[in-house]
Parts: sequence; structure tokens; C-alpha cells
Amino acid sequence: MASWLTLIFGIMGVINRAHGSVYMIGAYLAWSLAQHLGSFWLAIPAGLALSVALGFVLEWLFIKRLYQRDHLYQVLLTYGLILIFEELRSILWGDDVHGVAVPALLAGSIPLTDTLSYPVYRLWISAVCVALAVGLYLLIQRTRLGMMIRAGAANREMTQSLGINIGWLYRWVFALGVAMAAFAGMIAAPVSSVFPGMGNQVLIVCFVVVVIGGIGSVKGALVAALLIGLADTFGKVVELEIAGIRVLPELAGMSIYLLMAAVLLWRPEGIFGRRLA
Amino acid sequence: MAEVVLSTERLSRRFGGLVAVDEVSIECRHGEVHALIGPNGAGKSTLINLLSGDLKPSGGTVRLREREVTGLPAHRISRLGVGRSYQKTNVFLPFTAFENCRLAAQSRMGTSLRFLRPAQAYRAPCEAAERALAQVGLAARAHWPVAALSHGEQRQVEIAMALATDPQLLLLDEPLAGMGAEESARIVSLLRALAADHAILLVEHDMEAVFALADRLTVMVNGAVLESGAPAAVRASPAVKAAYLGDDDVDSGK
Amino acid sequence: MSARLAAMLLVLSAIAVLIALPFVLEKFYVQFATKVLVMAIFAASLNLLVGYTGLVSLGHAAFFGVAGYLLALATPAYDAAEFWSSLALAVGGAALLALAIGALVLRTSGIYFIMATLAFAQMLYFLFHDTSLAGGSDGIYIYVRPVAQLGGWQPFDLENFVHLYFLVLAAFVLVLGFLRLLVDSPFGRTLAGIRVNEHRMRALGFATFRYKLVCFAVAGALAGLAGYLSALQFGVVNPDMLGWHLSGSALMMVILGGLGTWLGPVLGAASMMLLELGLQSVTKHWQLLMGAAIVTVALALPRGLAGLWVWRAARGQNDG
Repeated sequence: MASWLTLIFGIMGVINRAHGSVYMIGAYLAWSLAQHLGSFWLAIPAGLALSVALGFVLEWLFIKRLYQRDHLYQVLLTYGLILIFEELRSILWGDDVHGVAVPALLAGSIPLTDTLSYPVYRLWISAVCVALAVGLYLLIQRTRLGMMIRAGAANREMTQSLGINIGWLYRWVFALGVAMAAFAGMIAAPVSSVFPGMGNQVLIVCFVVVVIGGIGSVKGALVAALLIGLADTFGKVVELEIAGIRVLPELAGMSIYLLMAAVLLWRPEGIFGRRLA
Repeated sequence: MAEVVLSTERLSRRFGGLVAVDEVSIECRHGEVHALIGPNGAGKSTLINLLSGDLKPSGGTVRLREREVTGLPAHRISRLGVGRSYQKTNVFLPFTAFENCRLAAQSRMGTSLRFLRPAQAYRAPCEAAERALAQVGLAARAHWPVAALSHGEQRQVEIAMALATDPQLLLLDEPLAGMGAEESARIVSLLRALAADHAILLVEHDMEAVFALADRLTVMVNGAVLESGAPAAVRASPAVKAAYLGDDDVDSGK
Repeated sequence: MSARLAAMLLVLSAIAVLIALPFVLEKFYVQFATKVLVMAIFAASLNLLVGYTGLVSLGHAAFFGVAGYLLALATPAYDAAEFWSSLALAVGGAALLALAIGALVLRTSGIYFIMATLAFAQMLYFLFHDTSLAGGSDGIYIYVRPVAQLGGWQPFDLENFVHLYFLVLAAFVLVLGFLRLLVDSPFGRTLAGIRVNEHRMRALGFATFRYKLVCFAVAGALAGLAGYLSALQFGVVNPDMLGWHLSGSALMMVILGGLGTWLGPVLGAASMMLLELGLQSVTKHWQLLMGAAIVTVALALPRGLAGLWVWRAARGQNDG
């Protein structure tokens, strides 16, 4: 399931590279707000609206000042914002782990064999994520808006001189990114429960997706998310002993990083990244 | 005949569908200036980038003396005695002119994992840097940050850096572009002097300088060699006149 | 020349003050100063990467933490480890790890590099956090501090906080002195050239990958030294020592103090830890204010405190 989430993140990362961690915060905040509304189905649109607003404000207050500066400052800003949001979360909602009920409509399971069954909710998540990923892909590759976004990423000044309002465009893209992250956090909540630091894990995996897939490649994000899903599942299911020490599934958490190491050795620019001269 | 320092055979480079360099075979000899001319977009700079290792060829071979160096990375080729300058000034702007050249010379010290003694204490690179700056006429500006120098002076630093590595082959990509008349004249006479014991491949738009310097002239059009040979013969070639020079006489070009 | 003399005097008097500290301060503050010096070594090692070479690493805590873990693992359950050999093991281990990770991450650049360093550091974090390899999320306690032997003679007792302070101070002076020399050495000049224009360095004949890798390993080794000293001081190691919060804090120290300046990281480490101490005494939710401070620095002080200094000096000149 995590791999479907990373797929969304990976694609958003293509559009807006440096601010992945802000999305994570958006996810937590939006979910937490949603908690207060009582209904999962109500919470989603409310959370989305709030997170778009949050994204707008963040971009307007902070992010827009850093596009032209070194990555270093984007990283530093992100770190500062994370500290602020983590502390706000702790003040507002405390440090407990929260469970979220699966909505009644999707609560059942589909029996696979006599002893195995698969929860409907997980299927639903997969379906939603795939739909979103395809939607994003089409948005970026096929629409006028997507064309403007890609042009803006390739050459800011040139795009601006063509009469496109880059500032406005970036603000929307950023807000959309925050909303996507928030959405991912919300639909993941019933499965993973909600806990401090839940964003960190997802974020790092997303970085791995982007490194493996190649920055600027939607196709790369798709393939990388699939590969990571496979490596992760494989690592958890297979039992392996080397010299009497159980290696798998104990070290399953490492498998995606080993995959990343292998890709870096093979194609440092990522599987679908453009090779630098 | 003088020794062939550099030779290419059917060297090509494609960018997608575009053939930027098309089966070019040329030679550079010790003691000779080989000038490369052609209209903008003819593939001259791309050819230089292929020779210096900044770009990888799509086909063909490059030889330095007897050794095949096709596809070697830029730093390996550089260390085989190739110095180059860039068409678009490519230097270390915050550093002084001296430090730019000293770094260039330091590259010949071998992979230097020297952590403790100050760089100034290693005499050879410092002397090479001073020599190179004096050669291009920038000794008085040695301790100015390059960013504070005029465009023409930055061009001179560019050449001095190539010289500071003590190369046998110089690849100069429009070294005179952006220089004033006085600076140009100085560099032309410097190149004339250097030609005695170097091989020089020179891309230049300044025809006066080209005909003053070239021992051998190659005209490129659309990535391919149109004509190559002694300057007078090339100048007389009807194909060159038709394709490149139009009705103008060569000497009037600037 | 007189400016140089003045700078030298300043440095010497700073060292004198540091030597005098434990004789005038209470135990708490001596221990705090020890902590600051350790973090200053760590920040200075990161500055070698970020400030001098232009390699923005967000996973530098990996080497700090692994060195700490190496000490913990080398320490017998209720006995002391040998100081010199455990130090060599920790620093050497950190350097080797940096060599291995560096060989991979240095194949990338820019924002990729940031992501890849962070990802590898997190890999190690999860390795120590999720497995029973080294105490899991609780980490390992070092009940007995290492004992230093020099041929039967014991030069210092690490259970004594003043001795520990002087050991850390000695390491601090050695590291800062080494970095001072390194910056002006041919190697250091090469790193500066790579930061300014790596492409041109390659064209000049420098195998830049090799230089960056050595730099990465040296920075890793120095971070390992800091991690070893930190584990020594606190007597405990846990996964947070490898976490990205620490990497982020160190980055903040480097930028706050002034990128690519010799004493900037020291200034940055001291001011940030004092700030932390101050904020902690004001409110339980000090991270909120720290976050605000970091955001302010990122937006308003791109050249750090040292930059502020330069800016004021420049303004003073214009006014005069």
C-alpha cells in the first residue's frame, strides 16, 4: 500500500522538487483537522480545502522567496517548518497514537482462500491511488496547464516572457501538492493509524522513489514506485538466512535502500532521468 | 613532416536527429596552427568539445599521438597534454587570476592528496601560473579577482589557464572573441610564438587573425569538412567561396 | 601582516579562555561547554562538505551516530573499552562507511545528492531502530567509560568531567587546526575549485570524483570523532544520533555561523545550543521557536552570522 502513496508523492515531486517534506506536514495537519469533523467522508473535502489554503499561505509566505536560491536554503527552510509543525501538532493534538475507523462502506474483506482474505479498504486505496496517478500523469503530460508547469520547470524566465504568470502557477502547483499529500495522509490513516513521525517514513521512501525513478520523469516515478513495492514486499515475505543469521525478513526495511544503491551504481541519474553530458 | 599530435577519423556526434559533427577527419601537427572556420552552427565548438572529452562522440575515433583516446573523460584527456579554452568564458570568477592559473598548473602535480602545507609553498605551480599570466600580458592583474576584470581580460585568463597546464596540444575556441584590438594583437603574436613548439587547433571568426596564424585551414559547414589544406588553396577553392564566403572576399570578414 | 598577528592573538586568547573555563564554571556549564565543543567539531566536519566543497549533505549524522555505536558495541557489558583502539575503530569505521556511501551518493548531484544522502542515513537509522542488532529504539548504554593507557600510565580519567572536557578541547583544537591547514593546501584549493566550477576542474585535468570522495571520507571521519566523543560524554547511544534532525541541526549551525568560513561552524554551534538552552528554559514547546529561528535564518540570513558581520563592515565603509 505504501508504494501507491509514494507513487503520488513521486509524481508531485516531479513538479515541485524541494518541498516534499512540507507535503508530509500537510498530510498530518489535514488528517488531524479531519478527525474533528467526525465523518471520514466529510473530513476528506474539508481537509482538502484546508490544505489547499495552507499550501497557498506557505508558498506565499516562504517558498516563493527561495525558488532562485540554493537548494541548501530550501532544505533549511523545510527543516524549520517541520520543527514548527511537529511542535504545533504536539500542542494541538498531543503525542498519542490515534486509530481511525475504516468507513463502514468499505469495511468488509474479500475472501481469497479459506484462511486468507483481503480488506476492501486496501483495494479501494489502491484504486484511488492508481486513478490519481493516471489523472496527474494526464494533467502534466496532456493539458495546457501541465505544459505550462513543465515549461516553468525547464526555463522560468522564458516561460514568464511568454506571458505566463509563473508566480501564480507555482502557487497553485504547490497548493495542489500539499493537498495531494494531505489526501494521501487521510486515506492512509485508517490502515496505518496516525502517529507522530508517520510523515517522515513516507517522505524518505518518496525520496528514494524520486532518486530511483529520476527527477522530472513521471514514468520514472511509476516504475520506481512499483519496484519499491515489490522489493519491500519481497523483503517481508521471503525468509533468508546467511551464515545462521536471519537476514530476511529482519532487514526488510533495508531492501528499498539496497535497490537505490544498485540503481545509483547502474544509472546515477535514475532509471528514466536525463543523462547529464 | 612534423609529428602528428592529434588526429581524428570520421568523428561524429549526433544530438537526437541533428548531426552536429559529421564524419570529420582532421590532423594537428607539432609546430602548426590549424585553424577551423565556418559559419555559426557549423559544429566547430562541438568538435572541440569532442576532442577535449567534454562530449562523448557518437562515432569515429580520436588519437593523441599513437594513443586512441576516443570517449575518455575530460580530465584524462587533459592530463595527456591537452589544454583548452572555452568560447564562453569558463573560469573561477571569485578567485584571483593567479589562483585560476595556479589551480590549472596544480592539476599536473598528480592526484594531490596534500592536506597540510599551503598551496603557495609548492613552487612549480606558482611559477607556471606567473609565467602563463606574463605570457598573456596580465601580470599586473595577477592578484585581482577575475570577477573584477574586464571581459577582454577574463578572456586572457581563459587562455592563461590553458597555458599553465603546459600542454602539447592547445584547443582554442574563439580566443579573441571580446578582446580589444591591442589585446588581440598581443594574443596573435603569442600564439605565433607558441606555435613553434605546440600543436594548436584554433577556432576563430577573426579572419585577419586566422590568415595571420594558420598553417593549415579547415572549413566546416553543417557539421562536415568542406575543404581542408593550405590557407591560400582553401581561400581559392570555389566550393568555399560559394558555400561559406558568398561574394565577399575572405579578407574583409571580421 | 598586523591583521594576521591580531587574528592569531585572538585565536590564542580564545584557546586560553577555553582552557580556563573549567576552573571558573560549575559542573553543569563545563558539561554544556563539552557538548558545544563536540557539536562544533561535528558542524566543522559538515562545513568541509557544504561550505568548502559545495556538497549539501542531509545525512551527515550517519557517521556521527555509527561511530557512537561502534564505541558502544566495542564496550564489554560491565567493563571498560580500551580508549585508543576504540577511538581508532570508531573513526576508522565512520571513514570507511563514508567511503562506501560516498562512492554511491557522489554519483549524483544537486537536489538528488541531498535526497540520496538523507535516504542512506535513514537506512542506517532504520537498521539500528528496527532490528535487535544494537538495542533497537532504546539504544545501548555504556556503563563504563573507556580507559586510556599509555604504557601502564593513565593520562586521563574519562569518568572525570574536567578531564573529559580537556580531551574534547584537545580534539577540537586539533580538528580546527587541521581544517585551517587543509583549506589553504593544494587539496583544499581543489575542493574550492570544485565548489565554484566543477566542470572547469575536470577540463583542467582534475579527477573531481576522487577528490570529492576523499573529502566525503575525511568529513565522515571527523564526524565520527565527534560522535565518539558524544557517546563518551553521555554514556548512551540511540538511533536519534543518526537521525535527520541532527543532520538538519548541524546544517543550521553551519549556515548560521557562515558557510565556508573557518570559525563559522563553531560560532553557529555555540549560538544554536545556547539558543536551545535558553528556549528550553522558557517553554516546553521550544522547538516551535527554534523552528521559527531556523526559518528566519533561511529567509533572511543567507550568509549566516559571519555574513552579517561582513555586511555591517561594508555598510560602515560606505557610511564613512
